[in-house]
Amino acid sequence: MIENLSRRNFLTRGSAAVSAVWLSAHWPAIVAAAEHAHHAAKSSAPPKFQFFTPEEAAEIDAIAARVIPSDETPGAREAGVVYFIDRGLTTFAVDDQKTYREGLPALQARAHELFPNVEKFSTATPDQQDQILHSLDDQAGPAPGRRSASTSNSFFQAVRIHTIVGFLIDPDSGGNHEGVGWKVIGREPEHMFQPPFGYYDKDYAGWQPNPPDAEKTKA
Amino acid sequence: MKLDLPKYKTSDEVDFVVVGSGAAGGIMAKELSENGFRVVVLEQGPYLTEADFIHDEIKVVNQDLLTNKPKLQPSSFRKTPNEKAKPQRALVYGRCVGGTSVHFTANFWRFHEIDFIERSKVGPVPGADLRDWPITYADLEPYYTKVEWEIGVSGLAGASPFDPPRSKPYPMPPLPVKGSGVIFERAARKLGWHPFPAPMAILSQSRPGRSACINCGFCLAFGCEVGAKSSSLATAIRMAEKTGRCEIRPNSYVHRIETDSNGRATGAVYFDEQRNTHLQKAKAVVVCANGAETPRLLLLSANKQFPNGLANSNGVVGKYLMLNSGGVTNAVFEHPLNDYKGFAVSRLLHDFYELDPQKVGFYGGGGIDARFDATPISFATGSLPPGTPGWGKTFKDTLAHNFNRTMELFCHGTSLAVENNSFSLDPDLKDAWGLPALCLTYKDHPDDLKLWAWQNQRANELLDAAGAIKKWSQPVGEQQFAVHLLGTCRMGNDPKTSVINSDHRTHDVKNLFLCDGSSLVTSGRGQPTMTIEALAFRAADRITALAKRGEIT
Repeated sequence: MIENLSRRNFLTRGSAAVSAVWLSAHWPAIVAAAEHAHHAAKSSAPPKFQFFTPEEAAEIDAIAARVIPSDETPGAREAGVVYFIDRGLTTFAVDDQKTYREGLPALQARAHELFPNVEKFSTATPDQQDQILHSLDDQAGPAPGRRSASTSNSFFQAVRIHTIVGFLIDPDSGGNHEGVGWKVIGREPEHMFQPPFGYYDKDYAGWQPNPPDAEKTKA
Repeated sequence: MKLDLPKYKTSDEVDFVVVGSGAAGGIMAKELSENGFRVVVLEQGPYLTEADFIHDEIKVVNQDLLTNKPKLQPSSFRKTPNEKAKPQRALVYGRCVGGTSVHFTANFWRFHEIDFIERSKVGPVPGADLRDWPITYADLEPYYTKVEWEIGVSGLAGASPFDPPRSKPYPMPPLPVKGSGVIFERAARKLGWHPFPAPMAILSQSRPGRSACINCGFCLAFGCEVGAKSSSLATAIRMAEKTGRCEIRPNSYVHRIETDSNGRATGAVYFDEQRNTHLQKAKAVVVCANGAETPRLLLLSANKQFPNGLANSNGVVGKYLMLNSGGVTNAVFEHPLNDYKGFAVSRLLHDFYELDPQKVGFYGGGGIDARFDATPISFATGSLPPGTPGWGKTFKDTLAHNFNRTMELFCHGTSLAVENNSFSLDPDLKDAWGLPALCLTYKDHPDDLKLWAWQNQRANELLDAAGAIKKWSQPVGEQQFAVHLLGTCRMGNDPKTSVINSDHRTHDVKNLFLCDGSSLVTSGRGQPTMTIEALAFRAADRITALAKRGEIT
């Protein structure tokens, strides 16, 4: 029953703006994509923490909320990033457990060092939190070239990357709760699209051959 | 439909054992089994299908769902042969049935005439061993056409004035143009260049059992869940299985070719999933394991009779590796392109395919394409302008603004064959099975780097003409990560300087054939898979003819 409903919802959403001809030509693919969506929907975020204590989770949540803050649009908090990281530390990021276990007390020590009145990172003001994180940030910005992006031993870099991943991963994969991360960056959630895709191709007049007198010239 | 798939015993001497099921191995399996031969394909990776292909960037990219596993298969890198190599991830390739063709971008350019005869045209290049191929474009043309029609390539014949001659148009029209393609086409024409619809191994029209592309946006690095990408998995492997004579045996890691006292190959030795060792007997062995694993397998097969490794009496195996240069320039535009929708590339130009060394001061040539191949996480961690903070409000705002407005120009180019550039066996590092790991030795030829910088300038000119509001090129630098794995068992008439002849038969072992990226003599202009597949169709024809004349066994 649930299976049928979710497939139906998916198909309705996916076909709202497409022509009947396109739909029939792509029908097997659409069914395959729907199976996908259903298959993945079964694995939604777990309700309780598996790795963090509730206290630790509150601190990680506070860091994530500075990495991708909530303002006019949702941030890491609304995307449920802390749940994604918690599950990640028992699955894909199991190698980072030590980094988190050792990093969190070090962060608290740094917080207290910079702001003696601050008991916990999560109770500091946003400005103070940013200063604390800047003092731990050993990398100014994203490294050029995707292939060089790798896991870092630094606690803050680990939380930073995991927050980005938890915010932007395919919502069917257990992060990016309700697709809020994709909404923020303007990525539509559908499994299929048809042209025109955007501003520049919407008035494309169709392919015109290169001028017939085009000469093969060497630069 | 349930296929009646054969299960051969390892003791059953089949006609051919094919090592690897990727771009070349898949076609080899299809052609040989369709020609009536009994074939076993040994693939080290798992047999995944469309149902396994998900959009999870962690599982697919970071955890190598489809690719070689660095924890099980470590590798090392050094710049020159006198250095001690350091363990690092040095290469990526597909490790599943269908190989790298499962996750590739699917750019399917043919090589041009010049790629086969360049040495004769430009003469020797200092510091490199540039050679002509023993075959020409005309020899390969019918097989390029076979790839386009049998495997499925979309494109527009005659759209590029630089295209080599062809015997038939494409079987289906090009994929739709993307925003990046429109911007590229308009700007290139302003500059007097000749953009054209990119030929892609992705279906623009459905075929039996395969959908046309649904533009899902998870293309490069991902498997296609609807069979639109013309991987060997979606095409040749299924055709091979349909013959009832071909067994695809996944999770079978071949680590030695066995030879007898007459110096002939008798089969392939492999580990199954439980690490039990088997010998699959065969009348002949065809290795299609890619430009890194093919030479490694030959080197691992060293024995008393072949102390340097199989087919390596001249010491050429693993050498003359070419990676192709790949310069990326990103740009941000005023309005949303939404280029994340769809496949990666819709427009391309070949105006710089054949540069005149006298005019530009270096050897080489290339092609420039307009694309967007990032997925959300890879974009956030690698495609924002230099100087953008890595976290906080400015990071979030830039990410939110740029994701829909960014495109890339990708400049693909030649790499020269240099003897020192190689894949070899690391003397210390071992894989999870206790076998010597791959060592990459690579230092780009200076001309390759000059070409890269020169093409980046053209990319920036184009983006200026296009009115980009921001643009930046990733810096030119020596490569130390291999994606295109070319030239390591190259083809040639001279047994002293090449590993295989023009029939893809090794000079040293009569019933051992090699066909994949390792066979290439020159690197082309950056898109090798189309040529690897055409070579596989041709090699299968040659091997079939030899077998039917009784000249293999």
